[in-house]
Amino acid sequence: MTDLTKLSAADLAGKLARKEVSSVEATQAQLDRIAAVDGDVHAFLHVDAEGALATAADIDARRAAGEGLHGLAGVPIAVKDIVATKGMPTTCGSKILDGWIPPYDATITQRIKAAGLPILGKTNMDEFAMGSSTEHSAYGPTRNPWDRDRIPGGSGGGSAAAVAAFEAALAIGTDTGGSIRQPGALTGTVGVKPTYGGISRYGLVALASSLDQAGPVTRTVLDAALLHELMGGHDPMDSTSIDAPAPLVVSAARRADVKGLKIGIVKELGGEGFQAGVSARFHEAVELLTSAGAEVVEVSLPSLEYALAAYYLVMPSEASSNLARFDAMRYGVRVPPAGADDPSAEQVMASSRDAGFGDEVKRRIIVGTYALSSGYYDAYYGSAQKVRTLLARDFASAFEQVDVLVSPTSPTTAWPLGAKLDDPLSMYLQDVATIPANLAGIPGISLPVGLAEEDGLPVGLQFLAPQQADDRLYNAGAALEKLLEDKWGGPMLAQAPDLEVVR
Amino acid sequence: MTTETLVPVDEALEKYDPVMGLEIHIELNTATKMFCGCPTEFGAEPNTQVCPVCLALPGALPVVNAKAIESAIRIGLALNCEIAEWCRFARKNYFYPDMPKNFQTSQYDEPIAFNGHVDVEVDGETYRIDIERAHMEEDTGKSLHVGGSTGRIHGADFSLVDYNRAGIPLIEIVTRTIEVPGDKAAAVARAYVSYVRDLIGGLGVSDVRMDQGSLRADVNLSLKPKGSTTLGTRSETKNVNSFRSVERAVRYEISRHAGILDEGGSVLQETRHFHEDTGTTSSGREKSDADDYRYFPEPDLAPVSPSREWVEELRATLPEPPAVRRSRLQADWGFSDLDMRDTIGAGALDLIVATVEAGTTPQAAKKWWLGEMARRANVTGSDLDALGITPTQVAEIQALIDSGRINDKLARSVFDGVIAGEGTPEEVIVGRKLEVVSDDGALGAAVDRAIEADPDAAEKIRGGNLGVAGALIGAVMKEMRGQADAGRVRELILEKLT
Repeated sequence: MTDLTKLSAADLAGKLARKEVSSVEATQAQLDRIAAVDGDVHAFLHVDAEGALATAADIDARRAAGEGLHGLAGVPIAVKDIVATKGMPTTCGSKILDGWIPPYDATITQRIKAAGLPILGKTNMDEFAMGSSTEHSAYGPTRNPWDRDRIPGGSGGGSAAAVAAFEAALAIGTDTGGSIRQPGALTGTVGVKPTYGGISRYGLVALASSLDQAGPVTRTVLDAALLHELMGGHDPMDSTSIDAPAPLVVSAARRADVKGLKIGIVKELGGEGFQAGVSARFHEAVELLTSAGAEVVEVSLPSLEYALAAYYLVMPSEASSNLARFDAMRYGVRVPPAGADDPSAEQVMASSRDAGFGDEVKRRIIVGTYALSSGYYDAYYGSAQKVRTLLARDFASAFEQVDVLVSPTSPTTAWPLGAKLDDPLSMYLQDVATIPANLAGIPGISLPVGLAEEDGLPVGLQFLAPQQADDRLYNAGAALEKLLEDKWGGPMLAQAPDLEVVR
Repeated sequence: MTTETLVPVDEALEKYDPVMGLEIHIELNTATKMFCGCPTEFGAEPNTQVCPVCLALPGALPVVNAKAIESAIRIGLALNCEIAEWCRFARKNYFYPDMPKNFQTSQYDEPIAFNGHVDVEVDGETYRIDIERAHMEEDTGKSLHVGGSTGRIHGADFSLVDYNRAGIPLIEIVTRTIEVPGDKAAAVARAYVSYVRDLIGGLGVSDVRMDQGSLRADVNLSLKPKGSTTLGTRSETKNVNSFRSVERAVRYEISRHAGILDEGGSVLQETRHFHEDTGTTSSGREKSDADDYRYFPEPDLAPVSPSREWVEELRATLPEPPAVRRSRLQADWGFSDLDMRDTIGAGALDLIVATVEAGTTPQAAKKWWLGEMARRANVTGSDLDALGITPTQVAEIQALIDSGRINDKLARSVFDGVIAGEGTPEEVIVGRKLEVVSDDGALGAAVDRAIEADPDAAEKIRGGNLGVAGALIGAVMKEMRGQADAGRVRELILEKLT
């Protein structure tokens, strides 16, 4: 019998539709896999076996009754712990939300539930999505399934590792500066950051409101498109949600044809600072695209050199305000100050925030508070917003010349646990290629393009497209995926080491 | 705390000129809150009108109430403001338990309406008040400090927070500095707040009830030595809950500032609380440049860009401007300029309009509101519309007078009863047994006794001196404790003696 956990979501959906397998069987297989490997990988913070199986049984019953169901009905999914899930813990990887059970569903949670996807559980992440390694989770790091002494990327290391370790075929991530795409690159999986406003943010615990975007984390480009289409589209509960027809991403993923496609290599995202094995795999992939009929040119985005600095002002500024609501007054962990008999509300707020937030969160709140302060606002937040405008112009003029842009997703492959923990700047530099898309609100996809020569670890390539042209990413991504799999004789994840299975 | 030296206002104004700024917060009467669908009804059980958005649960996002934008634009237009073609909300960041997000969603440097003005009249003079801006924001929750004697946070045992009010839409109207002759400052401040109340009440976008907090005024005031151009340090007096209090707060702060300046001291830039009972202000929170709200554009909300067509459509819905309306009413009612000025000064315009609509003549309506009611308001220190009697009730009472069931004197007792909550005018009359006696049997007997008691007067009347009848009428009225129909009494006297 097929190992149900190795199937793509699209294949599993086909088997479910043809009643060759039940959702209960598929869900149980994923739960068994989680039980077997997650002690080691630690992709999940919370597993809801009962809830997932109940949804699965319901879908099986409705299918048996001949009810018309969503194409992905019955396919189990993992959800990043930053997405509000009614009745299921949502901690954002932070102690301050330890034990908080949301009384409401995020819009994307509602859509997933309405479509009948069993929710396996909530995945690990850097606290409030602040980090590029998942080591900043208050509940311990997630390990990279390719090498468990290495980080899986972040902040969405849990979702990426869950998919890479076959604990789920589908997962939801959120991407503020690369938190979907960079873990995708480092774990050999597919991750998409949609156009800003393409997927509702209602119910995503905000890191930086103007940058955050939820997206799919999967093993194939088509699976990502299926999940993207399910989650996307206008939501009146999110004022920044785009009220226009969503790009047709599934048909684009099925088209998978780059003949005549104009591709621009971003000059500034390569060379110095990029690991040799990353550059090598990246250029081979670009050659494959050329051989398949794409037209490849080099383009320059001059403002890119300011992007990282701008990002590390905008993101902490917005975060410092967004995280102000965690004050122990209405929800979350309340830690009274030691030694105070009759503490004031202000003292309780301060001591709770001190105890509840980790160091990286505090660092960013302090930086953001400073950047927004009177007298500094113009120099910091104000200048950073100007950089965003310049960058958006650079992208606009680049997209006059080419259909999509391409770069390595991350300058390096996965690094050893702890290697960059004491060096936040070096950690921040890992986001250099992913951040520009968030600043400009454009969509990006990362997909695996091979293993680096020097360490045998996954390398990711990123396509970027204009706002609302997410379909171009899926077309180009699916085409490259097919070219690579033909070359490799199968998916890259087939080369991943077997995880030790606890029986 | 040292006692404050207060300089009498007249003396203070010999040396200093007051400079004022007025901020008015208007609670809109939209059915739902500013950024979510929660109801806005006043007085519901605590924390029953809340949702993930107005409780600021993690992940919840605001969406702007389109009706609130419409109301804001109409207010802006009524204040003769320009309406922004494009504006944003901003976050005002500070921590306070009754503010769920620990930032207030407000507007900062991009208000929806700006550069307006209104003209108010005081003692026949017109004063132009320039409006700097009218912007949209949300209200906070309400803290209830339990224990302690003051109801304030200091000394309380614990505090309770009601978030029903959190997210109710507010419009804040900010004037530019107001510099008018010192002796007019208090009256101009009052006239302005009263004018804005009428203006916005006329738009139907707010209940504009000062006693319920749907219109709240802050009085900013500083003094500068006569002849100086340098502004002094200002105080911001909050909690000013009636027109009368606006006037008193201005006068008190003039006295207090002058006391400090005369002694060579410096005024603290601070928030002060006004106390209705004593007419004084007390120190609230010290404000300084250290207060840094870290304003930045609200990234969760799309910018607001009202189309010019829409703005013009809304302009067309504005009611008659107050000045035009006043002229029209004055002509309709046949009031003199002085009558009209008194009416407006007393804040009685809308009350008289409503009373006339309920069937009373303008003269009678004016007589009650500017006489009896104004006297009562003065005694209790409240505004006319907070006395506890409605225009409809006044009209009912006047109708009872017109029908002869009661007279003016009895009417005062009916007012007492209605205000004391004894029921409708009709119920009060029955309850207090106030009906006028016009029954000829009872009156005739009383008239006979009066004639008997004063034969001189009776003789004079018989002799044709009818002017003396008043003495006998008075005697009858006295005997009947005012409840006699005076007209009928006169008729009976004349019947019997001529």
